[in-house]
Amino acid sequence: MDLVIIDYGAGNIKSIQFAFERLGVHAHLSGDPERIANADKLIFPGVGEASTAMKKLKATQLDRLIPELKQPVLGICLGMQLLCLSTEENNTPGLGIFQTHVKRFSNDVKVPHMGWNTINGLRSHLFDNIDEGAYMYLVHSYYAENCKEAVAHTFYELEYASALQHNNFYGVQFHPEKSSKSGEQLLINFLNL
Amino acid sequence: MLTKRIIPCLDIKNGRTVKGVNFVNLIDAGDPVELASEYARQGADELVFLDISATLEARKTRHDMVLHVAEAINIPFTVGGGISTVEDVDDLLQCGADKVSINSSAVKNPDLINTLANKFGSQCIVIAIDAKDINGNWKVHLSGGTIPTDIDLYEWAMEVEQRGAGEILFTSMNHDGTKSGFANEALARLSDHVNIPIIASGGAGSVQHFIDTFKSGKADAALAASVFHFGEIPIPDLKEKLRANNIEVRL
Repeated sequence: MDLVIIDYGAGNIKSIQFAFERLGVHAHLSGDPERIANADKLIFPGVGEASTAMKKLKATQLDRLIPELKQPVLGICLGMQLLCLSTEENNTPGLGIFQTHVKRFSNDVKVPHMGWNTINGLRSHLFDNIDEGAYMYLVHSYYAENCKEAVAHTFYELEYASALQHNNFYGVQFHPEKSSKSGEQLLINFLNL
Repeated sequence: MLTKRIIPCLDIKNGRTVKGVNFVNLIDAGDPVELASEYARQGADELVFLDISATLEARKTRHDMVLHVAEAINIPFTVGGGISTVEDVDDLLQCGADKVSINSSAVKNPDLINTLANKFGSQCIVIAIDAKDINGNWKVHLSGGTIPTDIDLYEWAMEVEQRGAGEILFTSMNHDGTKSGFANEALARLSDHVNIPIIASGGAGSVQHFIDTFKSGKADAALAASVFHFGEIPIPDLKEKLRANNIEVRL
């Protein structure tokens, strides 16, 4: 299994690497388009601010490569958000894989949404052997609007899409690498796709 | 529903946990990695490592410790203690820390909060505030509570939020170490003043104290040390009782 974490300089990826190490799989870090195009599976991470992350993708033309990928791709947190049509965070257009928009929580709730919350309405092999209502760790100020491609939803202020799937593209708002046993199971499921 | 978080805090010096730790059958209770793994297994929602080492060599040891903790545990953790530069934060995040906690250096140089939030994102910037109630006025203290300032707790909290802090870790010096309960009145007022999560710290002595801080203190998370380290309040029991009191927790 050749697993590659897409390196475009957005946030620290150590936790993701370590999480796969605990499962006995080495995740290679690479920003090389050829290396990425030939990987068996890809992780598209992201921490930080959307427009800066998108600029970094454009600088390396990864914004063109990623939508063309045919192997399973898992976007995590901001990685998932960048796969959507757009995000309100500095009005940034996304890569348009998932037909939904990313909006900011209102100030009626504490922002960021930080901590453990449940995922429900699970409908993807990504959630094999994961219970309905399992807890995942989240930390984010922006959320993907519920849509047809939602394969899990979470409630905070409103019900939003906490996981998305379209063809070979998967996205999760939560951090499986920090979500204890349920998160580990999700990573195993991704490896088994 | 978003759950309330339970956060054990480990004091670290030269890569080892200090202060007494005396629970379960650990081979070496001074090893932060072993303790962290045990807490993760018990159902702790997050961990905080407060590094009280002062020297430069100790910094290197701290990096190794953070790396080893990140390798071993599958829940988020925060590292605090003596962090004062962008490089310090970068190093710790590169080693796998999920968040950093900044205290005195944020008061001395508030622009640091903006710089860090812009560079790394608000989600990983926790501002720790030690404050003391002096005749009804909560005043911020520095350097582990040893240096008083004239800064008002609530004003400072609003400022750190506006500058981009993602979370506030509030320790009441009046309550810390007393095991008489958290500073719920001040905590509830803090929640009215800011719109970011607040971690209650200082005063945990019983299960009821946790119930109170989540209900009347409106805390989003509660941090404690000795009640966990000495097995006085096992985390699974605590969480069962919180749930029995209609407080949402991860079991």
